[in-house]
Amino acid sequence: MLEHANLDTCGSYPQRGRMTASSPRERASHYAHVAFCAAVLVFLIAPILVVVPLSFNAEPYFTFTEGMLRFEPDAYSLRWYASIVEDEAWLRALVNSLGIGVSATVVATVLGTLAALGLASPAMPGRPLVMGLLISPMVTPVIISAAGFFFFYSSLGLAQTHLGLILAHAALGTPFVVITVTATLAGFDVNLTRAAASLGAGPWRTFRRVQLPLIAPGVLSGALFAFATSFDEVVAVLFMGGIDQRTIPRQMWSGIREQISPAILAVATFLIAFALLLMGVVEWLRRRGSQAD
Amino acid sequence: MNAGTNAYVEFEGVHKSYDGETEVVRDLHLSVQEGEFLTLLGPSGSGKTTCLMMLAGFEAPTRGAIRLGGRTIHDVPPRQRDIGMVFQNYALFPHLTVGENLRFPLEVRGMDKAVAAERVRDAMRLVRLEGFEARRPGELSGGQQQRVAIARALVFEPRLVLMDEPLGALDRRLREEMQFEIRRIQRTLGVTVIYVTHDQQEAMVMSDRVAVFNRGRIEQVAAPEVLYEEPERPFVATFIGDNNLLRGEVVDVDGDYCQVDIGEHTITAFLVSPRAVGDTVVLAVRPERIGLADEPGTYGNEFVVPISDVIFLGDHLLVRATMGEQGDFVVKIPNIVGHGAVLPGDRVRIGWTATDCRALVPDED
Ligand SMILES: Nc1ncnc2c1ncn2[C@@H]1O[C@H](COP(=O)(O)OP(=O)(O)OP(=O)(O)O)[C@@H](O)[C@H]1O
Ligand SMILES: [Mg+2]
Repeated sequence: MLEHANLDTCGSYPQRGRMTASSPRERASHYAHVAFCAAVLVFLIAPILVVVPLSFNAEPYFTFTEGMLRFEPDAYSLRWYASIVEDEAWLRALVNSLGIGVSATVVATVLGTLAALGLASPAMPGRPLVMGLLISPMVTPVIISAAGFFFFYSSLGLAQTHLGLILAHAALGTPFVVITVTATLAGFDVNLTRAAASLGAGPWRTFRRVQLPLIAPGVLSGALFAFATSFDEVVAVLFMGGIDQRTIPRQMWSGIREQISPAILAVATFLIAFALLLMGVVEWLRRRGSQAD
Repeated sequence: MNAGTNAYVEFEGVHKSYDGETEVVRDLHLSVQEGEFLTLLGPSGSGKTTCLMMLAGFEAPTRGAIRLGGRTIHDVPPRQRDIGMVFQNYALFPHLTVGENLRFPLEVRGMDKAVAAERVRDAMRLVRLEGFEARRPGELSGGQQQRVAIARALVFEPRLVLMDEPLGALDRRLREEMQFEIRRIQRTLGVTVIYVTHDQQEAMVMSDRVAVFNRGRIEQVAAPEVLYEEPERPFVATFIGDNNLLRGEVVDVDGDYCQVDIGEHTITAFLVSPRAVGDTVVLAVRPERIGLADEPGTYGNEFVVPISDVIFLGDHLLVRATMGEQGDFVVKIPNIVGHGAVLPGDRVRIGWTATDCRALVPDED
C-alpha cells in the first residue's frame, strides 16, 4: 500500500512542477525544491543501488577497488554469480523461498479475499474491530509476531516445519490482500451481485462470474504483496525455520555472519531485480484496473 | 383494486423499518393482477425502492406478508423468486458482452446452448438491438444499455418484472421513446410489471394502475384517469397534475354535496367521503375546470376576484387570482378569449360547477 501511495504522488508531481515559475526568486525556490527531492531519492536508493556494481567485484571485498573506480574491465567479474549458482545451499534456499512463498501466497490470497468480501457486506457486524484484527500483523513488530508464532507453533509441533513457516508467512501476508481487495471492492456496485441473484445465480457462481473478474486486479496485486512479504521475510524464519527451511534471506543472514563473501551481493542484486519486476507487475495491474472502470 | 384471491402479487399489512425506529413503509396493502402494469409513484424517499427490494428479496419486511402467486415468499431467497429486475443504474456486468449478459440467466438455468442462443436473439430483437451482442455495456449509449437491462430481465421469461426508475438517467426525448417501448414490450409478452418512478407524467403514460406513495403509505391506487379526475386525498390531488386547494369548514351536507365556508365565500362541493357539519375539508379544483363567467349564473359557484398576474402560454393563459385569505389561485383559460382579454388588476367573475370541486379529508401532518 505504501508503494501505491508513493507511486501516486510521483505520478502527479511533474505536472505541478511544470507550472513554470516566472520571477527569479520563484525559479530559485523551484530548483531548490527539485534538488531537495532529488537528494531524498538518492538517500533512499543509494544504499540499495551501491550493491549492484559491488556484486561484480573481482576481489573478495565489500568496497570499490582502485581498478573498479578506474573502470578497468579486469576489476569486474561474474565470479560471485558463478559461486551462488554452483553452491547447492543457495539453490536449496531458492527452492524453499519459492515453495514457501507460493504456498503462503495462496493461503493469504484466499483468506484475505474472503475476509474482504465479508467485510464489504453491509450485514457484517463490528466491521472496524474485525478489520483492525485482520490488519494487526502488518503493524505489530515482526519480532513480536515471530516470537508468538514460535511459541504457539512449537506447542502444536509445527515449529521447524515447512507448514509452520507457510502459515506464519500467510498470516503476515493476509493484511495486504485484505487491504487491496477492500480498496477494489469500494468501487464495486452492490447492485451487480443483486442483479446476479435476481437472474438466478447462487453465491458461488456470482463470485466466480461477477465479483472475481471485476476485483481480479486487486486480488492479484494483493497476492504479489503477500508473496513479496514472504520472499523478504527473515525474522520469522530465524525463529521458526530449521536447517531444512532455509530461505534466501535466511541464507544471506548466515552468509554475512559466517563466510563473509560478496556472493550475497550477487544474491542481493538478483533480489533487487526481482522486486523491480514485482513492482512493475503491480503497477501494470493497477493501471489495467483503473482503465476498466 | 379489490384484493381478490387471484391477485398475483400481494402486500398485506407490510411494514418496514431499517433502523427499528422510523418506518419507511407503513401498513402497505397492495395487490397486483397478472399481466398488469402497475406503477409506484411518489416523491423521493417515500419508500418505493424499499417495496421493490422487499418483493425481490433483498430486504425483509419488518411486519406483514408478501405473497407471490398465492404463496408467501419470505423464506424464498432472491435467486429462486424468478423475478426479473431492472435496476436504476442498469447493473449490467461490465466485463461481459451484451450477449453474455443475456446468456447469464440462461446458463444459470442450465439451458441448452442452441436454445439459449435463440432466446438471446429473440430478446435482442424485442428491444431492437440486433447486432449489438458482441459489444461491452461500456460501448453502448445510455438508452441502449437501458434496453439491454430490460432484455436481460425478460430473457429468462419471468412472470414478474420489477423496474426501478429505469429511465431516470435519460434525456426527455429518449425517455418518451423508451416509455413507449417498455409499454409495447409489456403488452407483447403479457408479463406483469411493477414500475417505479417519481415522474407523474411517466406514470400516467405507461400504467394500467398507479399507486401513489407518500411517506411510506399508499394514498390511492387507481387508473391514471381516475387519479386525475377523482383524487381522494389532497396529496394525490396536487401530485397528479395541478390543483387549487382551499381549506374550509362544512356548514351543510345534502346527499353527495356539501356547503363549505372558506372565509369570504361559501362553496358547493362534491363530498368524496362522508363528512359531518363542522368538519374541516380541503376543496380541490383543477385550474382548467375554472372558467370566466361573462354573465352571472353560468356556474354553480361564482366569485368576483382580483387578478394579480396573467401569463401568456400560447394555447392557454395562466391567470393568477387572489381568493381572500386563502391566497393565490390559478385559473387556466384556453386561448379563445385572446391575449389581453384579462389583465392584471382587473376584477373578474370566475366560477366552476359543484361536481368539479371535490371536498377531501385533509392530509394528517
Ligand atoms: N439501506 C437502507 N438503510 C437505511 N435507510 C434506508 C435504506 N434504504 C432506504 N432507506 C431510507 O428509507 C426511506 C425510503 O427509501 P427508498 O429508497 O425506498 O425511497 P424511494 O421512494 O425509492 O426514493 P427515491 O425516489 O429517491 O429513489 C428513505 O428515507 C431512506 O433514507
Ligand atoms: Mg428509489
